[in-house]
Amino acid sequence: MFRGFRAIIYKEFIHMRRDPITIFVALVIPLIQLIIFGYAVDMDVKNIPTVICDQDRTAESRALPSSFENTGYFHVLYEVENPDDVYSRLRSGEAKIGIIIPPGFGDDRFASTPTQAQVLIDGSDITVANQALNIANAIGLRVSLTERARQIGVENPDEQMPLEILPRLLFNPTMKSANFMVPGLIGVLLWIVTVFLTAVAIVREREKGTIEQLFVTPLAKLAFIVGKLMPFAILGMIESAVVLLASRYFFGIPINGSVILLAFLIVPYLLTGLMVGLVISTIATNQAQALQFSAMTMLPSVILSGFMFPRASMPFIIYVLSFFVPLTHFLEIVRGIILRGAMWADLWDETLILVGFFSFFLTVAVKRFKKQLG
Amino acid sequence: MHEEPAIVVDHITRKFGTFTAVNDVSFNVKRGEIFGFLGPNGSGKSTLIRVLCGLLAPTSGAGKLNGLNVVDDIETIRQTIGYMAQGFTLYDDLTAKENITFYGMVYGLFRNRLKDRTDAVVDLVGIEDYMDRQAGALSGGWKRRLALACALLHEPTIIFLDEPTAGIDPVARRELWDLLFELADQDVTLFVTTHYMDEAERCTRVGYIYMSNLIALGTPSELKQIPEVRPPGTRRFEVDAQDITRVHGIFKRWEPVRDSTIFGATVHALVEETLDAEGIRKQLRTNGIEARLVREIEPTLEDVFVTLTRYHEARDEERMVS
Repeated sequence: MFRGFRAIIYKEFIHMRRDPITIFVALVIPLIQLIIFGYAVDMDVKNIPTVICDQDRTAESRALPSSFENTGYFHVLYEVENPDDVYSRLRSGEAKIGIIIPPGFGDDRFASTPTQAQVLIDGSDITVANQALNIANAIGLRVSLTERARQIGVENPDEQMPLEILPRLLFNPTMKSANFMVPGLIGVLLWIVTVFLTAVAIVREREKGTIEQLFVTPLAKLAFIVGKLMPFAILGMIESAVVLLASRYFFGIPINGSVILLAFLIVPYLLTGLMVGLVISTIATNQAQALQFSAMTMLPSVILSGFMFPRASMPFIIYVLSFFVPLTHFLEIVRGIILRGAMWADLWDETLILVGFFSFFLTVAVKRFKKQLG
Repeated sequence: MHEEPAIVVDHITRKFGTFTAVNDVSFNVKRGEIFGFLGPNGSGKSTLIRVLCGLLAPTSGAGKLNGLNVVDDIETIRQTIGYMAQGFTLYDDLTAKENITFYGMVYGLFRNRLKDRTDAVVDLVGIEDYMDRQAGALSGGWKRRLALACALLHEPTIIFLDEPTAGIDPVARRELWDLLFELADQDVTLFVTTHYMDEAERCTRVGYIYMSNLIALGTPSELKQIPEVRPPGTRRFEVDAQDITRVHGIFKRWEPVRDSTIFGATVHALVEETLDAEGIRKQLRTNGIEARLVREIEPTLEDVFVTLTRYHEARDEERMVS
């Protein structure tokens, strides 16, 4: 069954040694992605550029922008005379938020008559817009509440609210995007190594005709497949370790669960990727096709799995589809272990689903992969 | 005593969709023969080889190698056959030695046995000076020798060579053929496809495949005697002159010439038996051409295949018309 396995390993080892660029690329790409996703893709919104148009110029009117700035989310960059200038600053993208305080604002506040200030928000950037909207509303609410409380004779109204919600953020208390992105990156990178490299490596043999020469020998089919996949399985494990080390010591993301459990639960996901690569290699006739097919599997993985966008916010149909993306389940595992300290009891169901995926693609691959041409 | 043929091709047909690449081909190859398999590009040569090597399943018909069926017993057969595919199908980034070691291991050779067999094939193809060079950096001729060495490691009794001499220089070509004869002497059966007529002449027996059909089979001298090539009442002349294109043109329009073909610098003409060399010279002279040479010749294998191809083309056209 494994006839010729040693030969394949011997040859693959030489291929790797002679082609250090592939290994280099396979290990450097993850580091680049790590930096991109760990640093650049920061979903935390801070220092939103803000433009102020204070038409009132009183102590009260000056207090409002500072209460915005004090939250840390807004940074007043411009002060303009004319409300039209606020709009043009937003349109040019110089500012994302504009605050317009009408004349008479200070008098109204002093007299405790209801008054208004307008906040213009650039809605083209949804993340920023949402955050700005929430904070602006919160500021308005807080100022109003304090005011009302004072009116009914509450002293130190800031300290004596009738109901105070005590939120406590578990598992990612600093709300850093990196904590969310970096562990998920292990899943994305593993998919690249297994699917892309496997598909291309086997199709290359087909394209060059070397596979034809091999198939007239008594080499066992299984020996060829396992021997061919082994290097990428090892590379995948090394890559996971690199990302894990970087996330722990470079990004300072604590690993709350068991690394050993993670190492074990990576296996079904890794094998699924290898099998998908193998199936692609039986469909694609040249390396360019293999790359395209592999890329086709990449998009749903990144978009649907919840790697970047929460699955909870997906339309029902898309949510159902996302179930059939292996990365969806691996993300539960990897984020579960690293961030939430999840244990086997919490993750066995996701693991079982991945084993199911593996078995399915294994069956397809074995059916399709023949020691024949055409 | 009846000895079983090394290769039996029994009504093999292979289709790709609606296209028939090999159509109902049958023949046998005896042990120790060098069988030349000829035909134009795309005529089905490689397809038949691939069917016999188990790389493609026959659509119908059966193949036997050493008495074993190429579909049912393929795994047993693989241990006894060697295959040199068209083009270079070893690993460019492995050295010659590493390629040989790899194939040795694939065939289950290890340690002393691997070393002995490596020494034997390296000695046979004479590649010892290039053992540490990466295969991709070898010249065409050395690549073929290396491929042959790999195909011989496990001492196969039948070897398939798909255009082994395509694209290599004449010296390397000759040397490779010397090697093939050496193997045939050791009772190895060789199945060779080629485009070169001089190589075909050296084969024990030759098969010619045209448009997926086997249209001629026999020893080179047998083929030169077949009626289509040598119709009764005709002779074959070779004519050399300054302007052979014009000679060819004249022959085409001249009644007693049945067929005319340009072969390099000469024209071969199939003419009525009544015509002799002097008659041809005279006809050319009246057209202002002085022939340098006019002599009667035996048909060459190229004559055979050109004639057969034309004959079948004409027949196909007739069929299309009717």
